[in-house]
Amino acid sequence: MNRLGRMAWGLVLSEILAGMALTLRFFFKPKATINYPYEKNPISPRFKGEHALRRYPNGEERCIACKLCEAVCPAQAITIEAEPRDDGSRRTTRYDIDMTKCIYCGLCEEACPVDAIVEGPNFEFATETREELMYNKAKLLENGDRWEPELAKRLELDAPYR
Amino acid sequence: MTAFFNTDIGIFILTVLESLAVIVPLLIGVAYLTYFERKVMGAIQLRKGPNVVGPFGLMQPFADALKMLVKETIIPAGSDRALFVLAPMITFGLAVVAWAVIPVNYHWVVANINVGILYLFAISSLGVYGIIIAGWASNSKYAFLGALRSAAQMVSYEVSMGFVIVTVLICVGSLNLSDIVMAQRHIWFAIPLLPLFVIFFISGLAETNRAPFDLAEGETEIVAGFFVEYSAMSFALFFLGEYANMILISAMTTTLFLGGWLSPIPFAPFIWVPGVIWFLLKILVCLFTFIWVRATLPRFRYDQLMALGWKVFLPISLFYLVFVAGVMEIFGWLPNA
Repeated sequence: MNRLGRMAWGLVLSEILAGMALTLRFFFKPKATINYPYEKNPISPRFKGEHALRRYPNGEERCIACKLCEAVCPAQAITIEAEPRDDGSRRTTRYDIDMTKCIYCGLCEEACPVDAIVEGPNFEFATETREELMYNKAKLLENGDRWEPELAKRLELDAPYR
Repeated sequence: MTAFFNTDIGIFILTVLESLAVIVPLLIGVAYLTYFERKVMGAIQLRKGPNVVGPFGLMQPFADALKMLVKETIIPAGSDRALFVLAPMITFGLAVVAWAVIPVNYHWVVANINVGILYLFAISSLGVYGIIIAGWASNSKYAFLGALRSAAQMVSYEVSMGFVIVTVLICVGSLNLSDIVMAQRHIWFAIPLLPLFVIFFISGLAETNRAPFDLAEGETEIVAGFFVEYSAMSFALFFLGEYANMILISAMTTTLFLGGWLSPIPFAPFIWVPGVIWFLLKILVCLFTFIWVRATLPRFRYDQLMALGWKVFLPISLFYLVFVAGVMEIFGWLPNA
């Protein structure tokens, strides 16, 4: 088509009308949004969320202070100090994770020989202050106790692929 | 009672009541237009839009208004205080004042003046002052650039809009908006004057600084344009003004081209429906199109905007004006001839 013809055709606004027809079709399509705080997407058993320190069923903490997680952590977010306990077993006296440094790579749980440190399914742990994100041992153990049923299930589901 | 309403005080009170009867629904309409826009844009983008505050998010406009009211009004140190405060009032005031002449039904109009359309045109031209004053008084480069863009844009599109209105006036033979509506009893002007209807609507988009002509705000390049420096209630006034202007342009489109309060199907069950309902429905369709266009088209480049206004719309509307006048003259259809 020559230039004049194209200009004249442009006045019909055919392309704009085609675009508007497209958006009108989308107007009547079902929504893709979920009602987030009330409705959540399913997450994989491998989801890497908030960290937790697990315990054995008898209540004994799993962590043996081998410091493999501290060594493997690429962001150096983990700080561990350890001493032999009164009964002679080796346990941590300090287990801190700086959640603002953590990159959620999951290497700590890969490295752990006793499945003590894990990343759980929880991703809603936003805080109002930065300090609250400096997790200590007590907080991590509390997370472990809180999420244990899901953590165990998650490890079991993922076990065949490890 | 009728005697009372013929005295000076009675007429005054009656006018105040009539004005309130227009302004209050208008403000509620503006509030819900923001909600409507968010819902429609949301639906087009496969989102839900506001749905938390109240049933279906219906209380969202009030939550937003409350937020705006309690926020701090910041007046920049380098700004011209008086003008800075005045600008949003002008914008909003003009958007409301124009409603005085819009007939919402047969004889339902605050001021049934014989120069209604001129009045409307004058008021919408004044709208540019609010924007220029805001841009100037803010003492900020973004605001200033936004104001310049907006002023040039509004002035450009007003020209072709003027020609479109003149063409309609030739067909009607009156400047009274009620007469213009009554002249469309047999056929809406949107049908014989379709190109002008489209031009008028697109110019209306440009006139209200709506997408795809929202260069005055141009979030991506000049932050928010002429109202970057505004916050809280003064910002809200601009916002309300913009939406009130959208409703106004829709009302003008309805009055000039879509037969105002007249029923689209002129027989039994449809003519029983009150004219106001038809009027509001037609406005709603126009507003939906406003939002629909916004959700569809990307923003124009500034030179494209100017080229469209001066090189396309102006010649077409000018040609159509002469064409329509010629046809009316030849066939002797001119009213009052």
